Amino acid sequence: MVVLPDARDTLAAVVREEGSRLTALLVRVVGDFATAEDIVQDAVVVALERWPREGIPREPGAWLLTVARRRAIDRLRRDARYREKLTLLREPERDSVDDRLQLIFTCCHPSLSRDTQIALTLRTICGLNTAEIAAAFLTSETTVAQRLVRARRKIAQAGIPYRVPPAEELNDRLTEVLAVLYLMFNEGYLTSAGESAERRDLTDEAEWLAGLLSRLMPTEPEVLGLLALIQLHRARAEARFDPQGRLVLLRDQDRSRWDRAAIKSAADLVLLASQVVRPGPYQIQAAIVACHAEAPSWGETDWLQILLLYNALLRFGPSPVARLNRAVAVYHVSGPAAALAEIESLDAALNTYHLYHATRAEFLRALDRTVEARLADTTALALTANPAERALLEQRLI
Amino acid sequence: MKYVLLFCGTKDSQREWEAMPEDVRKQAYGRVERWFQENGSVFRGGHELQGPDTATTVKRNGSGEPLVTDGPFIEGNEVIGGYAEVEVTDLDEAIRLAKTWPGGPVEIRPVVPH
Repeated sequence: MVVLPDARDTLAAVVREEGSRLTALLVRVVGDFATAEDIVQDAVVVALERWPREGIPREPGAWLLTVARRRAIDRLRRDARYREKLTLLREPERDSVDDRLQLIFTCCHPSLSRDTQIALTLRTICGLNTAEIAAAFLTSETTVAQRLVRARRKIAQAGIPYRVPPAEELNDRLTEVLAVLYLMFNEGYLTSAGESAERRDLTDEAEWLAGLLSRLMPTEPEVLGLLALIQLHRARAEARFDPQGRLVLLRDQDRSRWDRAAIKSAADLVLLASQVVRPGPYQIQAAIVACHAEAPSWGETDWLQILLLYNALLRFGPSPVARLNRAVAVYHVSGPAAALAEIESLDAALNTYHLYHATRAEFLRALDRTVEARLADTTALALTANPAERALLEQRLI
Repeated sequence: MKYVLLFCGTKDSQREWEAMPEDVRKQAYGRVERWFQENGSVFRGGHELQGPDTATTVKRNGSGEPLVTDGPFIEGNEVIGGYAEVEVTDLDEAIRLAKTWPGGPVEIRPVVPH
C-alpha cells in the first residue's frame, strides 16, 4: 500500500516523539546508550513496516514499548539484574519527570566536544541513524560511527551522570544545551541550498528539539527565545532562494512568501518569554528577527528598535559579529559614514569573515567610494565557499 | 567513582609563584590548605610535586633499551604541579570540586577500576 505524504509525515512525527521517549526510558533502565538505541531502532523498524498497513495504533508509545520489551528480553538475558530491569520497563507515570530531559543534558554534557554533543543528540533524542547524521554533516558514516562509539565510552568511563543538573548549575548547563541546538539549526540553515530530498533536515530536528525542550522546561525564557528564533527563520526560509537556487537578500525577498501565521505565533512566543523578565541573547535575537519579519516591507523596517535590541544583545557578550550586524542598523538610523566608523575597529577580529567585507563594501558604495567597495567585495568573494553566497557577490562585481 | 585531579600550570605561572613575596605565597598556600580541609572526606591520596626541573624520564630507545633523560615527559610549557585522588559519585561532582580549586587548571581523569 502506498502511504500518502501526509500520513508519512504523521508517521515520522509519531515515531520521533515516541521513539525518543522510549530511548530515554531504556537508557535509564538498561544504563547503556548503544543497547537502548538498538532496541528502539528495531522497534521502530517494525512500526514503520506495520503502521502504514494497519494504521497508527491509538497508543503508539505503548505499542512500541511492547515490541521493545520483547527485544529487550533477548538482549538483557545475560544481564544479572535482568528481571529487575524488565520490571522497570513499563509505561512511565503520566506526571513523572520526562526521562528525555535527563537524556538531553547527558548528550550535551560540557565534557563532550561540540561535534560529539550534536551527533549524540541527533542519534539518541532525534533517532537519526549514522548514515543520516553523516549526510547532514557531509562527512563519512565511519567518522560518525566512531564519534558515537567514543562518546558512549566516555559517558560510561568518565562517569558522566544521567540526570538534570541541580538548580545552581542549571543555567550554565542549559546554555550548553541551547548552544548545541542553535549550532544544529545553523548547520542545517546554511547548507540548505541544493539540498537533496533524502537528506534529513537539521533545521527540522533543531526546531523539534527546541519545542520538546520548551515543553519540558516551560518556564525557561531562553528556551522559548531559541524556539521562536528558529521558527522565525524557518517561516521565511522559502523566500531565501529564487527558483534558480540563488540566495535572495532580505531586502529583495518576496514577503508574500513568508508564513505570516508562523511569524505571528513565534512573535507571541517572544512576548511570552519576555514576561518572565529574564532577558537573554536568544530572546533578544528572536526579537530582532521578529522586527524584520513583522515589517510589511524593507522600507518600513523599524531600524531604531533593531538598533536598541542590538545594544541590549551586546550587553550579554560583545561578539564582533553582533557588532557588525548592529552596524547595519546604525547605517539605516545614522547613515553610512557612522556605520563605517563603527566597523573599522572590527577589522582585526573579522578580517577572514566574508560578510564583514561584504557589509563594508555596502557602506563604501553608499559613500560613493566605489574602488574601495569593489576591493572589499573581491575580498569577500575569496573568503566564501558557499555557492549561493558566491553567486550573489559575483553579481555585485559585474 | 574514583578520579585523579591533576593540578596543572605553566612554566610561567610557576615562575610567578616563585617570584611572589613570602606573605602572598603563604596566603595562597592557606587557601589551598583550606580547600583540602573543606573537601577532606573525598580525598584518597595525593601530593604536591617538586618542580619539572627535578624530573627524570626513563624511555626506551629505538632498540628497546631503557634510556634515562633529564626533564619531564610532557614537553612545552605545561606543568603538572600535583595530584589528588578523589572518590565521588560522578563526573559532575568532580567538576564541582575542581571549580573551587584555588589554583590553575585541573585535569580530571577517571581511574580504571581494577
